[in-house]
Amino acid sequence: MPKVSFARHLYRFFPALEGMEISVAARDVGEVIAELEKLSPGLAFYLIDERGQLRVHVNIFVEEELIADRQRLSDRVSPGSHVYVMQALSGG
Amino acid sequence: MARKSKPASDAHKPARHAKAGVTNSDTSRIILGTRKGTVILERGKTGWRASHLAHAGVGVAYAAQDPRTGTFWAALEHGHWGPKLSRSKDGVNWADAPQIKYPEGTRYINGFETESGTSSNEAAAAGEMVKKPKLSKAALLKIWCLGFGAKEQPGRVFAGTMPGGLFISDDDGENFSLNMALWNHESRGGDVSTTPGMGKSFWFGGGATVNGENTPGIHSVVVDPRNPKRLLVALSCAGVLESTDDGKSWAGRNKGLLATFLPKPDVEWGHDPHYMMLSENNPEHIWQQNHCGIFNSTDGAKTWQMVSKEGQTAHFGFPIAVDAMNGKTAWVVPGIADDKRMAVGGAMCVCRTQDGGKHWEELRKGLPQENSYDVVYRHALDIRGNSLAFGSTTGNLYLSDNRGDDWKPLGQNFPPIYSVRFA
Repeated sequence: MPKVSFARHLYRFFPALEGMEISVAARDVGEVIAELEKLSPGLAFYLIDERGQLRVHVNIFVEEELIADRQRLSDRVSPGSHVYVMQALSGG
Repeated sequence: MARKSKPASDAHKPARHAKAGVTNSDTSRIILGTRKGTVILERGKTGWRASHLAHAGVGVAYAAQDPRTGTFWAALEHGHWGPKLSRSKDGVNWADAPQIKYPEGTRYINGFETESGTSSNEAAAAGEMVKKPKLSKAALLKIWCLGFGAKEQPGRVFAGTMPGGLFISDDDGENFSLNMALWNHESRGGDVSTTPGMGKSFWFGGGATVNGENTPGIHSVVVDPRNPKRLLVALSCAGVLESTDDGKSWAGRNKGLLATFLPKPDVEWGHDPHYMMLSENNPEHIWQQNHCGIFNSTDGAKTWQMVSKEGQTAHFGFPIAVDAMNGKTAWVVPGIADDKRMAVGGAMCVCRTQDGGKHWEELRKGLPQENSYDVVYRHALDIRGNSLAFGSTTGNLYLSDNRGDDWKPLGQNFPPIYSVRFA
């Protein structure tokens, strides 16, 4: 099952996830997020909006590649994939 | 770049006392770029006072005085009229300079876009979205920094911009040219203006968002004082690039940096230096406050070493200042890590190292130690000799004349401060 890692900033809001090794049964990124929501209710709305689109300042990588489909989250994941949920940057 | 018409000069009268003009000297003057204009402070017999406000009401991303010519420069951020370059011979009477414009037809890879399965029949059949580079025509979003050439290059002025351009003038700003070698660098996908390019850019936004656009931007331009043909630029996000032939070619200088916001932190490209500065008398000693910590190079940026640790006060922040005489001495103004961006522990602190980053002293004398939420942006700390000054997003300006040991406020009701530069 695809493994999922998070930007550590998310642990501030979902402390139970910190230190957990997370793998989910999923075939694409949308299913990854749906599974994460089951694991940690409320998490999905931190990552996607009401339309199901990835939030502007959230990045998801499959391996080292940014996902292509930020609207429908259709990027495929394989059982050996490593999915990274990261924050985009904004500066000062 | 000639203009058809010349906007009226912005000759606001000084707020409190009229001056015929201001002249260049050591640390007798500080120039602030603020959310509400360019503020000039002068050191008088009774202390410092704000002598003049220029560009009233206009955001000023960066303001500085060219030490060689005495010309004052300001990078304006008009709410309605776009970014503009302004200059003044006396600091009081300002007018638009010839403007910085991207050459017609200049394009860049601006992230990516997706379309439904166009790259292969298999993808189309599966209904997959396919990622391809998004090409944008370049238009000036922000003049993020200004820099000045070496003493033997009196007309040379640099402007770092968003989207990621380095503009260079050799006639004191009468004409600026986009450095095409950097613009078309392989790390950003090559020349996509006149050729299909290489298909992928490793540059991406991260430093600032303008009009909803989050493009890479150049915020640091460094000239080697021993050899002015050696240039270094730092940008958010990609990292550091060096040219040893006066900008004709560029190479990445990111070995040792870490980008912990990416799946693979030790990438060649994708780093987020927040500000970079070298020691004028030890130019192989280069420092950067990076999004992911403080990095020092003692070999001219060939390699970098992280010299801070998460959990220590000195780690995250935006600006850095380096001693001109001693390349092992540097100052930072820390903030709580990037998810909060506040003063650490509600207390203002400047950290100084005098041993190349092995140890960091916390300098707090004269700085507020409670109820402080200030953040100091990347251009808002400066050093000249033994004097340091910094300004914050909450409008506080502090000065030290003894290398950071003691601080005093020079004003606490300024607009949000974007840049602080001695003149």
